[in-house]
Amino acid sequence: MENTKQGTGQQEVQLVAFKLEGEEYAVDILSVQEIIRWTQITRVPKAPVFVKGVINLRGTVIPIVDSRERFGLPDQEVTDTTRIIVCRLEDAPIGLTVDCVTEVLRISNEQIEKPQVVNGIDNQYIKGIGKIDGRLLIILDLTRVLDIDLHKA
Amino acid sequence: MDVNQYLDLFLEESMENVQNINQNLLNLENNQDRFDLLDEVFRSAHTLKGMAATMGIDAITHLTHKMENILDKLKQRKLTLNDKMFTCLFKSVDALENMLEEIRAGNKPCASGEIMATLEAFEKGEIPPDEENKDFGSGAMVPEEGLFNEYEKKLLQVAQERNLTAWKIKIHVDQGCLMKGVRAFMVFRNLETLGEIIKAFPSVSDIEDEKFDDSFMVVLITSQPEEKIQDQIRIISEVIMEQCEEIKLDDGETGNADADGTIQDFEDSKHDVVVSDKKQTVHQTVRVDITRLDKLMNLVGELVINKTRLEQISSTNTMIGLNETIEQINRITTDLQSVVQNVRMVSIEQVFNRFPRMVRDLARDLGKEVNLILEGKETELDRTVIDEIADPLVHLIRNAVDHGLESPRERIALKKNAEGMVRLSAKQEGNHVIIAVEEDGRGLDLASIKDRAIKSGLMTSAQLADMDEPSILNLIFEPGFSTAKAVTDVSGRGVGLDVVRSKIQALSGQVSLETKPGQGTKFTVKLPLTVAIIQALMVGVQDETFAIPLGNINETTGLETGDIKNIQGQQVMVLRGQVLPLVFIKNVMAVPGERVAEELYAVVVRKGEHQVGLVVDGLIGQQEIVISSLGKHLSGLPGIAGASILGDGRVSLILDIATLI
Repeated sequence: MENTKQGTGQQEVQLVAFKLEGEEYAVDILSVQEIIRWTQITRVPKAPVFVKGVINLRGTVIPIVDSRERFGLPDQEVTDTTRIIVCRLEDAPIGLTVDCVTEVLRISNEQIEKPQVVNGIDNQYIKGIGKIDGRLLIILDLTRVLDIDLHKA
Repeated sequence: MDVNQYLDLFLEESMENVQNINQNLLNLENNQDRFDLLDEVFRSAHTLKGMAATMGIDAITHLTHKMENILDKLKQRKLTLNDKMFTCLFKSVDALENMLEEIRAGNKPCASGEIMATLEAFEKGEIPPDEENKDFGSGAMVPEEGLFNEYEKKLLQVAQERNLTAWKIKIHVDQGCLMKGVRAFMVFRNLETLGEIIKAFPSVSDIEDEKFDDSFMVVLITSQPEEKIQDQIRIISEVIMEQCEEIKLDDGETGNADADGTIQDFEDSKHDVVVSDKKQTVHQTVRVDITRLDKLMNLVGELVINKTRLEQISSTNTMIGLNETIEQINRITTDLQSVVQNVRMVSIEQVFNRFPRMVRDLARDLGKEVNLILEGKETELDRTVIDEIADPLVHLIRNAVDHGLESPRERIALKKNAEGMVRLSAKQEGNHVIIAVEEDGRGLDLASIKDRAIKSGLMTSAQLADMDEPSILNLIFEPGFSTAKAVTDVSGRGVGLDVVRSKIQALSGQVSLETKPGQGTKFTVKLPLTVAIIQALMVGVQDETFAIPLGNINETTGLETGDIKNIQGQQVMVLRGQVLPLVFIKNVMAVPGERVAEELYAVVVRKGEHQVGLVVDGLIGQQEIVISSLGKHLSGLPGIAGASILGDGRVSLILDIATLI
């Protein structure tokens, strides 16, 4: 929770919200570098299963994490709305596939609750649950979601 | 003024100057009569002093100042060079280097009092105090034909006939003076009221452009006495007349033959001006941060990718004029790419240059006589390789001097030249650079290597019995192996050659050695020209493309499914009577797809001593590829050396043969 507080200097955080299998998720906007459209992915053999491969992001090769594979959700065809959220993790870019990006929103820290049980997704990836206008946002802990080594070992 | 922003620049340039001093001192030690070298040393020391003073680094200013004093006296032949003095000067250079390192590390440097004291002793000790006056006496000078050309000589002659006097006037401008050019101009103006200035050194235009240190010389023909001249100079502030001498022409002497010798003395203190001018025209260079070059390289890469897209668009939409333009762009981007790649190439000279000094010191410490021969300094390597190769080479050279060469006494007993030879050579061979370190010392003793290997527990005697000579020799690259009987300061701490090998392998290079007992040892390092760009063979497997570094490939051959045989579960083929084990890329890389091709290809690659055939569906072609890493998060996957972005923007994986099979 510390990170999110630092972000705005107030009791408020800015989030990028996206959809996965009908559920709404969000990540801290400060760790997001950019959002790009789907592009051709080169498979990397022997990498962890949830690493979909690598892409060419303007001359830099970056790995892509498949969020559906990561969270054990069923596979789905790439659609027009499929996006890759490029995040910065330990100062190196890494991408996360999502069904569609919905919006950027502000939410105060009081509206965020400690994670309870969320269906389908392992608790370890969740930083909190954001409640806004009756909607529930699952706020992801990117450092854990994108930690490739965690499962490799 | 905040000078911190110039700190990097200062450090780099200072280092260069220190290197310069070092090198020229070394040369000077071997050719003590080469006064031009002394000038070079002096010039570098002086530049260094100036820069340090600007940056407010007093320790360096003081030390270089002291050095300068000695050098100056050497130039004026008030001191003679001797071994002690060289050692002292070399020590000062080391001290300078250390101070620069300190500054780089963010500390405040301090000059060693001992060195300062020695320098001072040298400066004072051997000069009788009255010598100063003898040299700078006000008496007439020896005629200096060499200084003047025919025309000027004529002028002097005419002047003499008309009872005018020619004065050689040396003007000194205050160091702190901000507008030297203006002061010099005032000097000229005032002197011209007295007579005619027929010569100035440096040239008038250089003086006006402030291209002089803090003094310059003019020759004035006038009827006025010396006092008048003094008066004219005195009224200009920040300027002192250092010297005013009458020039007398020797009528009998008209020849200009031995010009150099005479000029030399005179030009001493101004030499720096001339030399630095010359240098500026020779190398006009700009220092560029390597990261900027990397960025440039990336941008060019992107340009290439977009160019390919344009080509694709033009092939689907026919448009008059578009094709032509795209071809033009094609040419330009190709040129651009090669230029940018070339910019990253640096000559190996800057690595080699540090070795003469190192070898000299080593030889001195070890009581050996060494003749270091450097060859192929101009060979170029990628910047990143240059930075990494220095340490391994230092190790190899130290080893050569310490372990390889015998002491002079031993050598004489062996009827060898007392002076040992160490040859460091570099040359380009195709896409590789071969660096060799060779000496004519005692050579490696196979028996003692075996002995050592057993003692250090690397090998058992049974294992050794089975090994051939090259494999035994290669044991010296194993960690924890050292042949030195006693641990010396120089080498023999058991870390050395294994570090050398791992470093060179990290640069995707190889190191090998040859030795002949009693005749010496030769280490050969083979490095790729650049680590960033390699030649690769692009191969297709189902729908995927992989790159295989050309350096690993021996040959390619066609292969029909019928040729594949099974021996004990291992698929093989017969190539010119030899059994070649096969590895299917489709399997090891788990490539999806079920297409079955009748016609396959085997890419024969080397792995150590063995050959393996990599089976692929198709050969796409040879290509120069830029290696990118898979990123921090995915590095170290077995079988994958990295990724490369292809012309169409797709990413293709580069196979790492060493870990693949």
